[in-house]
Amino acid sequence: MGIFRWVHFMAGVMWIGLLYYFNFVQVAALKAAAADGTAVGISKHVAPRALLFFRWSAVVTWLAGAALLGPRFVPAFTLQPETAFIGIGAWLGTIMIFNVWVLIWPNQKKILGMVSATDDEKNKARRVAFLASRTNTMLSIPMLFFMGAGVHGF
Amino acid sequence: MKNPLDSLWGTVIAGVVLTGVLYVFANNFLIGG
Repeated sequence: MGIFRWVHFMAGVMWIGLLYYFNFVQVAALKAAAADGTAVGISKHVAPRALLFFRWSAVVTWLAGAALLGPRFVPAFTLQPETAFIGIGAWLGTIMIFNVWVLIWPNQKKILGMVSATDDEKNKARRVAFLASRTNTMLSIPMLFFMGAGVHGF
Repeated sequence: MKNPLDSLWGTVIAGVVLTGVLYVFANNFLIGG
């Protein structure tokens, strides 16, 4: 179990760290960079690399968390009283990984030009990816509370 | 009404409020219910 906890923490730090980088740093940096014509440096060289580690660390975090739950997996996800807190954390993390792979990544591919899209589609993709990313930032706050409280109490 | 997720502070405050709501829900309906 110790190895799963270790991997869960390391991958989780990378996932949420990059999520906070996108929301607290890159969104504002891209706006400023667009104003002086340097945004391409971020969108060409930084964002694709950050997104690569972001989406795969999310997968590793979720799988290591599921392994860590072990026999408590079903009681946690069915919110049984003895695993209610860790279960809420697990559900929030699961919603977040869904957002990463279903809403953020497919739309970022359009925004960054990895798949073809019209300007109209890119604008729509920008809004969906932004709101999904902000939703995950919001959900990370109770997620971290319930993950910690589920194991250590509050 | 403006979407709170459009601002960073709105996002953080929404997350803290959601934490409180879920905490009360869990204590009253999942653990103590």
